[in-house]
Amino acid sequence: MTLGRITTNAGEWLRGAGPRSDVVLSSRVRLARNLAGFPFVSRSSRRQREEILERCRDQIMNGQLAENVLWVGLVECPQVDCQLLVERHLISRQHARANDLARAVAVDTNETFSIMVNEEDHLRIAVLRSGVQLAEAFEQVNRIDNIIEKKLDYAFSKRFGYLTACPTNVGTGMRVSVMLHLPALKLTGEIDKVRRAARDIHLAVRGLFGEGSEAHGDLYQISNQTTLGRSEQEILSEFEHTVVPQIIAYEQQARQALLQQRSVQLDDKIWRAWAILTQARMLGSEEVLTLLSHLRLGVNLGRIQTVDIQTINELFLLSQPAHLQKINGSAMEGAVRRQGRAELIRRRLGAAD
Amino acid sequence: MVLVWGPQAVKKICDKCNHPATVHEVEIVKGQKIEKHLCDDHAREEGIAVGADYKPINELLTNFVKMHSGSAPAHDLVCDNCGMGFSEFRENSLLGCPQCYIAFEAPLSPLLERAQDNGTHHIGKVPQRCGIGERRQEQLLRMRNRLAEAVKSEDFELAARLRDDISQFEGVVE
Repeated sequence: MTLGRITTNAGEWLRGAGPRSDVVLSSRVRLARNLAGFPFVSRSSRRQREEILERCRDQIMNGQLAENVLWVGLVECPQVDCQLLVERHLISRQHARANDLARAVAVDTNETFSIMVNEEDHLRIAVLRSGVQLAEAFEQVNRIDNIIEKKLDYAFSKRFGYLTACPTNVGTGMRVSVMLHLPALKLTGEIDKVRRAARDIHLAVRGLFGEGSEAHGDLYQISNQTTLGRSEQEILSEFEHTVVPQIIAYEQQARQALLQQRSVQLDDKIWRAWAILTQARMLGSEEVLTLLSHLRLGVNLGRIQTVDIQTINELFLLSQPAHLQKINGSAMEGAVRRQGRAELIRRRLGAAD
Repeated sequence: MVLVWGPQAVKKICDKCNHPATVHEVEIVKGQKIEKHLCDDHAREEGIAVGADYKPINELLTNFVKMHSGSAPAHDLVCDNCGMGFSEFRENSLLGCPQCYIAFEAPLSPLLERAQDNGTHHIGKVPQRCGIGERRQEQLLRMRNRLAEAVKSEDFELAARLRDDISQFEGVVE
């Protein structure tokens, strides 16, 4: 089995069919775990990392987690494939840059979970779902955690909980995040208020690709910062019942305000996006994300019916550099890549030549 | 509105209860000075952001380092298992091994409390099999540390013996 299948299949989380997927693209829950009796990754020897890797692989690949699990060693993995895994949110950018034979990732072929081995912690187990499905994602990640833990002892202390390399993860080791599409809050300039409010209640706001990345395409990741002193259920429930519904309500209000007060400007943005995406011969990746964002808003508000949400969700991903090159079958740089991107988008939007 | 924090403040008790006042505010309304002294809870009630100047731990650590720059500690606190120094942790905010949590407990606790929204103790999931006890975890960690050192110094006889010890130790059910 190779990564080929992952390129052509869009993962479950991108179907755009999950609850509240008009605003929430995906939900993610990840657990950070370390094996007992080993130093953390950054302070371990090569031999120790190899031993950690072997122990984890035996337990992850023994058939109990899923029918088909793909194991990828990141050093043997071609660079474009590593990049593809980053674009799919299956590994971090940090993990992709690794030059260490003992780094790997396990991914189930339906892309519902990924397990990074020897990233910052020995294990980073993540489950990804479309729309708001935090309870479901936690249920799955918890089950995976229990299966791995049947054979492997975790570093755990009564006081600090699951011990992690960075103290910002210690305790539950759990990071809950949702990927939000907030074009109306951006257009109305309200987004900074949301950012500030989120920070005040100890939530992190990031762009499309996590830490340090910008919110291209009006896509924002919001996640909990607190992992110690609050239970998994408390953290999840606050997210699912308070944080996410409030942000969705803000975005909906902003969308209604745009419709009522600036409908011509709104339609202009939407139809310009459509015009450029269906006609342009060269497109840059950031430009595409902005245009797709406006188009997605138009579809969600029923202003344009010539394209469906799933196609747009897929294009957010397929227009990224590694995906483009995998679809194309060869490396593409600069102008050639921009040309290939424009062509792919015209084809997918049913406007080829 | 003028906010006065910390030692400059005079009044020590909250206006609304007997808890220590942590937020001190002086407001001038129509030329008249109104002082407010509130505890965290009542300040929050009044809509005054408490602890809203939350910063990620990296930033806290950088500030901490800055605060101490120029006066590098003569003896850095060091984890006796993995050899990581506290100053090294401050630089990259990654700990070396589980034992570091114990070795650095004193300077780490206040940082952790701020980064974790006053969380100090774990609440939540516990490994199903209850894992192995903390003492055994520590023993195992130290044995593996000695093994790594033996391998590094090419003392293969000692390494082989330690490897046997470790598998025997791991095989023993507590």
